[in-house]
Amino acid sequence: MSNLTLIQAVNDALHTTMQADPSVHVLGEDVGKKGGVFLATENLTNEFGEERCFNTPLSEDGIVGTAIGMAMNGLKPVAEIQFQDFIFPAFDQIVSEAAKLRYRSGGQYTAPLVIRTPYGGGIRGGLYHSQSGEAYFCHTPGLKVVIPSTPHDAKGLLISAIEDPDPVLFLEPKALYRAVKGEVPEGHYTVDLSTVREVRAGKDVTVFCYGAMVPVAEKAAEAAAAQGIDTRVIDLRTLLPLDEEAVLDAARSTGRVVVVHEAPRFCGFGAEISALIAEHAIEYMEAPVARVTGFDTPFPNTLEHHYLPDQRRVLDAIERVAHY
Amino acid sequence: MTVDSPSTSIRYRLLEEDGSLAGELPAYEDPWLRDLFVHLLRVRCVDQRMLKLQRAGRIGFVGSMLGQEASMIGTGAALREQDWMWSGLREGGAALMRGLPLDEYVAQMFCNSNDTAKGRQMCNHLQHKGSHYPSWSSVIGTQIPHGVGAAFAAKRRGSDEVHGIYFGDGATSSNGFHSGMNFAGVWKVPAVFVCVHNGWAISVPSSAQTAQSDYSKKALAYGMPGYRVDGNDVLACYEAMKVLVERARAGEGPSFLVVETYRLMGHSSSDDPTKYRDADEVAGWEGRDPIQRFRTFLEERGVLAVGEADSIEAELLAQIDAVVHAQEAAPPMALRSLVEDVYAEVPRHLRRQYNAFLRVAERYGEAQRGDGAFPL
Ligand SMILES: Cc1ncc(C[n+]2csc(CCOP(=O)(O)OP(=O)(O)O)c2C)c(N)n1
Ligand SMILES: [Mg+2]
Repeated sequence: MSNLTLIQAVNDALHTTMQADPSVHVLGEDVGKKGGVFLATENLTNEFGEERCFNTPLSEDGIVGTAIGMAMNGLKPVAEIQFQDFIFPAFDQIVSEAAKLRYRSGGQYTAPLVIRTPYGGGIRGGLYHSQSGEAYFCHTPGLKVVIPSTPHDAKGLLISAIEDPDPVLFLEPKALYRAVKGEVPEGHYTVDLSTVREVRAGKDVTVFCYGAMVPVAEKAAEAAAAQGIDTRVIDLRTLLPLDEEAVLDAARSTGRVVVVHEAPRFCGFGAEISALIAEHAIEYMEAPVARVTGFDTPFPNTLEHHYLPDQRRVLDAIERVAHY
Repeated sequence: MTVDSPSTSIRYRLLEEDGSLAGELPAYEDPWLRDLFVHLLRVRCVDQRMLKLQRAGRIGFVGSMLGQEASMIGTGAALREQDWMWSGLREGGAALMRGLPLDEYVAQMFCNSNDTAKGRQMCNHLQHKGSHYPSWSSVIGTQIPHGVGAAFAAKRRGSDEVHGIYFGDGATSSNGFHSGMNFAGVWKVPAVFVCVHNGWAISVPSSAQTAQSDYSKKALAYGMPGYRVDGNDVLACYEAMKVLVERARAGEGPSFLVVETYRLMGHSSSDDPTKYRDADEVAGWEGRDPIQRFRTFLEERGVLAVGEADSIEAELLAQIDAVVHAQEAAPPMALRSLVEDVYAEVPRHLRRQYNAFLRVAERYGEAQRGDGAFPL
């Protein structure tokens, strides 16, 4: 066990898989000597050489497109997109190619690549260094979408993603890169994709969240507890394919639900959770599902602390559903 | 002028690195030369002040222009008032020369309530509508086709504008570069592409960006002429750009100009360049300071008295400090700004979202006067 930050855990996962499997290759902008702008790939070039961890020209389309070809021909590429905001030049390659290759080839060809990218706000990065684009990708059958919120999960989920036979988009909450620390086992271990994590038990209200919103929800749950509202917090950690049974069980267990994400609300992931509950657990519900989300606007800069759901807005929603 | 033999009227260098003449000079008015120097020096002074504020934690992010001043001032000076400049991260100094008021520049760096972009963009994303200088989004290469489309529009409207489209060496790998160059060539639009080749794209050397060591040759694939000039020679940048801008204005189509310079600082205030580049390389370029070169030339020519540059610098710094001081007193940003400018009108769902937010903000005493709810 070592006590690592989330970004160190990502680095550890890359290191562990590269050591175990010579087909694992890391590529992206600035992932070489610099070690990535957030240092997720620090020392990988030193240790494994420029053939295994290398800088690419400045083209996300090129990074993902070539990674797909590598994956089709025996390598295990782990592509870094420097910020999730810059993934859109590669949208075509992800949505039209990586996600559909298995299907369109009748299972003859596959693209088991991982695309890692930091997402979300909290660093005063304005419109283009802060977005949470998970919903675009969750609307893409054939992709898996994973978002860790702890160092332990970051390593275990990333190793699972790299070993997975399908393309995985691995969204890393940059606001938590250095803000959370935790025990991480040495060496190889996995956390299964498509499983949720119970962050906190509770019987009155369930809060569903993921990524950087997990600690926010946790704090709100503590504050709610002080008012006698016993709040359960569930970290979804894989959005696609979602563990629907776990979500429904948790919703039924409290009959009151809040969903939190920093992405905009309209057609956001909260809408899917809400619809799922409406379809399969409506008879258990004691209150309408409440969503606490970013605004349906681009991501601001100066007012980002108001844009991002905080403990107060989450607490307000917990109170509203609890007292409905 | 054929595509594969660029015109000899474009000279790589007019001033040697030591400030002496590299051949004959065109006729220049001394006051114009002096102004050009002040513009150059202003870029450096602003840059240094912004870096200082960033280190003090007063602004979030600076993409330093240090060492690249001549490339933006020389080329920018060749654009006329009606022309547009499509910028990347490091052309803000040229915007100042073209009309961006210093207080707007500083307000944008603070992202405060005086910022014309209303604090929506990250620091160092300047704009100035009056001098046709839209801000760069942040997404590398996207402005390149915009500039081409705008140049197409100019042509359709019968305007004689020329569009100067700026981007870095890294951006030549982007989809936007390919689309922009290709469309411009096919449409023969009045544009000049200016590739600010500063050796690096964050930690990626320009040699790893493309296997073509002469960036200007990229133009040939798009059927337009390409040229290289010494980006640390302000006069070479000016003369080359002038030829190409006027060529575009005369309806002879787009061209590509590579200004070869060097990014002396890290990529931004968040970058530590010692991890990936040689101190020797940096030191070599420090010895080729574009401002010092021009200053020596002007002192030799008698345009600047010895020591005069220092007093100009002191004056510029005092102006900048006064503006910084005033901008630090900007009032807080109105909360309603959160939902404004998404559409021409704030739609009902956003008014509702804002009002719900305001209820919580008021509960915690965070709303100011004027932050009131929207009527639904
Ligand atoms: C599409 C996209 N990918 C990645 C980035 C992150 N990024 C910002 S600047 C930069 C390097 C730009 O290099 P260059 O074009 O040479 O311009 P310079 O910074 O040298 O002025 C990178 C990779 C981005 N802004 N947009
Ligand atoms: Mg560059």
